[in-house]
Amino acid sequence: MGTQILMPALSPTMTEGKLSRWLKKVGDDIKAGEVIAEIETDKATMEVEAVDEGILAKILVPEGAEGVAVNTPIAELAGGAESVAAAPAPVAHPAPVAAAPVVAPVVAPVAAPVSEDKDWGPTAPITVREALRDAMAAEMRADDRVFLLGEEVAQYQGAYKISQGLLAEFGDRRVIDTPITEHGFTGMAVGAAMNGLKPIVEFMTFNFSMQAIDHIINSAAKTLYMSGGQMGCPIVFRGPNGAASRVGAQHSQCYASWYAHVPGLKVVAPWSAADAKGLLRAAIRDPNPVVFLENEIMYGQTFDCPTADDFVLPIGKAKVERAGTDVTIVAFSIMVGVAMKAAGLLAGQGISAEVINLRTLRPLDTETIVTSVKKTNRIVTVEEGWPFAGIGAEVNMQIIEQCFDWLDAPPVRVTGLDVPLPYAANLEKLALPQPDWVVTAVKKLF
Amino acid sequence: MAQAAEAKKRGKPRESNSAMNREELLQAYRDMLLIRRFEEKAGQLYGMGLIGGFCHLYIGQEAVVVGMQTALGQGDELITSYRDHGHMLACGMDAKGVMAELTGRSGGYSRGKGGSMHMFSKEKNFFGGHGIVGAQVALGIGLGFSNWYKGNDRVSVTYFGDGASNQGQVYESFNLAALMKLPTIFVIENNKYGMGTSVERSTASRDLSKNGAPWGIPGLQVDGMDVEAVREAALQAVAHCRAGKGPFLLEMKTYRYRGHSMSDPAKYRTREEVQKMRSERDCLEHTRLKLEALGVEDAAFKPIDDEVKRIVQEAADFAQSSPEPDVSQLWTDILLEG
Repeated sequence: MGTQILMPALSPTMTEGKLSRWLKKVGDDIKAGEVIAEIETDKATMEVEAVDEGILAKILVPEGAEGVAVNTPIAELAGGAESVAAAPAPVAHPAPVAAAPVVAPVVAPVAAPVSEDKDWGPTAPITVREALRDAMAAEMRADDRVFLLGEEVAQYQGAYKISQGLLAEFGDRRVIDTPITEHGFTGMAVGAAMNGLKPIVEFMTFNFSMQAIDHIINSAAKTLYMSGGQMGCPIVFRGPNGAASRVGAQHSQCYASWYAHVPGLKVVAPWSAADAKGLLRAAIRDPNPVVFLENEIMYGQTFDCPTADDFVLPIGKAKVERAGTDVTIVAFSIMVGVAMKAAGLLAGQGISAEVINLRTLRPLDTETIVTSVKKTNRIVTVEEGWPFAGIGAEVNMQIIEQCFDWLDAPPVRVTGLDVPLPYAANLEKLALPQPDWVVTAVKKLF
Repeated sequence: MAQAAEAKKRGKPRESNSAMNREELLQAYRDMLLIRRFEEKAGQLYGMGLIGGFCHLYIGQEAVVVGMQTALGQGDELITSYRDHGHMLACGMDAKGVMAELTGRSGGYSRGKGGSMHMFSKEKNFFGGHGIVGAQVALGIGLGFSNWYKGNDRVSVTYFGDGASNQGQVYESFNLAALMKLPTIFVIENNKYGMGTSVERSTASRDLSKNGAPWGIPGLQVDGMDVEAVREAALQAVAHCRAGKGPFLLEMKTYRYRGHSMSDPAKYRTREEVQKMRSERDCLEHTRLKLEALGVEDAAFKPIDDEVKRIVQEAADFAQSSPEPDVSQLWTDILLEG
């Protein structure tokens, strides 16, 4: 029996085409790879090459024929030159049909509930800066695979002095100054993580992570999935995020919403020193890529932080920073402080606000927020980033989906203004959420 | 005698060095033939609608990856672009698993979740399969970095095309690799076209092997259609990297016979140009002539042809009989348990 030549699909979208020209005639000896015909697809005229060898025995579809469906036999080859070629052309077995179509849950899987904050014993006041340094040092002592790289992290001791003292303790093999090439060194770190190391990439600020965002999303976040679970990417991308103080629009932007959008990433945003230390240690230990959003203004602030050697916090668990009964205020990073000030002002006006520090943005601890809203029946989110498609939009949507009937008023978000951040001192202050904005937003709910 | 007469009729092998003995050359012929036949079959399955999306065939360039592979040792890593089927077969990945990934089935290397451009094998130290032009170059120096960090003597090979060679991150990577003396071989597979744009139209540099020169990265221009020439250059590059002297750059002058991807009508070059390369420069034909000149008889090729046909047919059968991934796979491999 001869081998059939089928009408090929020549583009991802082609279902039929025109057989515009035969370049071979019946009786011709055809070698694999020879062009035998021309076909017009939905995009272009393409050449068809023979896959099998043999004599062209029959032309089944004449040239000029239009609307020839993919996989229609168009010609027949008689016996190949070699016996093995007699093997029939593969027949397209229909793929075993998968079970019923999946109904994708609207909400991505969230973190398993974690038990309440455990008591870590004695605390001591330290700055967020020191907490971050201590977290990296502790994990580097524990695991030789962990190393830090970035611009000015070694000899300069960090552009914001986060890596102070690390070069002296760990040497230049593990604390590595890079050239100003985010795309290159981030890709390098991701490659190293794929091959068994645990890099910490410091971005001098997250604004510069845009140079490297292809590697964070396409290379780090997706590889585990695309490799069918073979190749993970344990890596931490950290640095200051959001507005600093009068550094202008290109250096003042919140990336929370950008990274929290991406499955395959975890996104953490600490506020206090304990958050910074406990969550950074967890991020370094995590086998997945973690985006760790710090805040420059917070670096110098002091908080009580557990001194226990094994202190660590769970990723995916929010913290109720202040208990209250009348309204839930959800915030993260520097805005937790704004929310706390607002709660203080509200208390003076007879409104009891509960403040939730999200700590992790992905996976989001919706359970803690929902529990709170079911108690207070009102929610206000606070973030520094822009309103459109921001974290507040997501949190409030989750609340609408999960406890709409418990709400006594529509959810409200307080955000940075929808403008590039201005440089002028007065304008900058007008563009970023202040405690009185939160107070005003809360009072609208009553 | 008969073979000699046949060889005379078909022409002599081109002038070339002899970096391989008869057995090595036969093995290389077999490995290149496997890639050629595998890719032809992939093109056929694509035509039948069994492979979807993008499918970039390696036909014509086989000598590059097969020659490189002969110079590498256990544990050395590979990373490349989306034109990756040949690299996977050359590093010993199973043809069945590769073909089943092309058809998006559970028996594929990524369980059907990656496809033609995104396949990996931890076991064979194959790090993909990357769909973003040039991204694998920075990742590739990361493989080199991890070897440097671990203090082993492994070498990582980072393949990319002439099109990718113009990406900014490639030059960031050259600088980092040279600065840190990372054991990475950069292999530019210059097949003369970045999709539909010729090198002349996209690249000011006329000698890509010198692209690493500003950073002191030694480079060689190599006849990428001659598997022995590739091996010889690869041996030099591997020795350089293993000795701790930093990265090395090889520009392989090669050619792809098919379009950029399956849906490329390839109107940017003439049929005559393609035909000329196929008839005068083909790596398989060239190697076969060399083997015949070494006295290898026609009959010796038959078992190789048969074995390759069998492997490819089995791969095609497996790629069609392996079931589609279970729907539960949709939600797996997003994150690892913390």
